[in-house]
Amino acid sequence: MNLTLYIWRQKGPDKKGGLQQFKAENISPEMSFLEMLDVVNEQLIKIGQEPIAFDHDCREGICGMCSQVINGVPHGPQERTTVCQLHMRHFKHGDSIYIEPWRARAFPVIKDLIVDRSALDRIIQAGGYISVHTGGVPDANAVLISKKSADTAMDASECIGCGACVAACPNGSAMLFTAAKITHLAMLPQGKIEAARRVCVMTEAMMREGFGNCTNHYECQAACPKDIRVSFIARLNREFIKAQLKDTG
Amino acid sequence: MLIKNTVGKKIIMAITGQMLVLFIVIHMIGNSAIYVGGLNAYADRVHALPLLVWIFRLVMLMIFSLHIMIGIELYLENRKAKPEGYAVKQDLRATFASKNMLWTGLLTGAFLVYHLLHFTFQVINPEIAALRIHDAAGRPDVSGMVLQSFQNPAVSSVYIFAVIMLSLHLSHGIQSSFQTLGISNERTLPGIIKTGSVAALVLFLGYVSIPLLIFIGVMKG
Ligand code: HEM
Ligand code: FES
Repeated sequence: MNLTLYIWRQKGPDKKGGLQQFKAENISPEMSFLEMLDVVNEQLIKIGQEPIAFDHDCREGICGMCSQVINGVPHGPQERTTVCQLHMRHFKHGDSIYIEPWRARAFPVIKDLIVDRSALDRIIQAGGYISVHTGGVPDANAVLISKKSADTAMDASECIGCGACVAACPNGSAMLFTAAKITHLAMLPQGKIEAARRVCVMTEAMMREGFGNCTNHYECQAACPKDIRVSFIARLNREFIKAQLKDTG
Repeated sequence: MLIKNTVGKKIIMAITGQMLVLFIVIHMIGNSAIYVGGLNAYADRVHALPLLVWIFRLVMLMIFSLHIMIGIELYLENRKAKPEGYAVKQDLRATFASKNMLWTGLLTGAFLVYHLLHFTFQVINPEIAALRIHDAAGRPDVSGMVLQSFQNPAVSSVYIFAVIMLSLHLSHGIQSSFQTLGISNERTLPGIIKTGSVAALVLFLGYVSIPLLIFIGVMKG
């Protein structure tokens, strides 16, 4: 199939960018979206033009590197699917496709479709960990965890940190990401110990990085390729209220 | 500090918002006395306690000020966090109401100033002020003031428009406040969202009915 692409091109962080039109020809419906872009890039290289820069790594939906807003939806039209796992069979011959980078103040564009997402790492650094003594590996069943808690922690830990929630949020908030990390740790006995401090410092780090406040649009859940739920945001809010009632710093 | 944290600010919004909702529910029930000809008696009984009325007004003013100030702050922070939009953007869940909370809120607030000057302090149409005109039982004629006001199409339009703004605000605000306070989970959130919309609709009908029925002439003195 043949497609018309409108892709955001930007030479560098402080350069002015704009949409540029490309033709993608003889695209097979079996290709992934990134493979389609690879084809376009090969053509560009052949005619001596600079290829389109985009992030990717695993190409199997687990690393969270791929990050493109396709026709106005982060990761494109297929629910619960990363760009790398999106296949061209979801498009039709003759379609026009708009491809833009994640947009948020906390995610400055580095080049074309690549944005700097290290702000998410700094939210984790602020408190997304547990403090333990290193040493021998603890016995697997020494700490009892209920099945329900383990399941919820696992669901939250599915977050791959791609930032689609921020890209989708009209406020550029990273609450779904932060809530997933808070929930993941707060559900487990090892994480409960520092839960009160964690929720405070991680939400403060989120604001320091220039993300917005959550106003419960729920766009994030709809865009999340891993189906992280806004119920985790309600849990973060509960954890925050609990932390206020405790007086540990 | 609650007021410095992003979740803390939202919690203040949610608690003040819920107090305002509680007030407008009581206010709606009070207003419905007009349907049974009891508005003057109701108003008279409330105003028999001037000290309580003034304490209540001061508390409402504080709640309102907090809600408005933090609302504006949230809006400015959120706008700053998303400096550049998309050439093409599809909303999957966000609604007109959720995206225009500041504007529906501010319009409701502007209306409130008019409403207080109109019916509480009665300086806008002094010729029909209930503070001066009394009914047969010697009570301020609130009901007559309301009936005469809403026969004017300009006045009833302003009220109807304001009620639409308030209902839009609440169609998002009610469910949002429960989520913010953490009173929702995977199982209950869909029900809370629906209940919030239904509550906003009930408040809309309760408030819009009085100016509408008087204006189209169904309800007369
Ligand atoms: C001058 C008037 C007002 C302004 C400027 C205003 C502004 C706002 C803003 C900006 C928000 C946050 C938006 C969001 O979180 O999605 C909000 C939330 C809310 N407002 Fe208002 N508002 C006003 C009046 C009212 C009134 C009269 C009521 C109720 C009768 C009300 C009830 C609520 C509720 C329940 C929320 C939800 C809180 C939450 O999201 O947790 N507001 N308002
Ligand atoms: S490239 Fe790893 S998730 Fe898409």
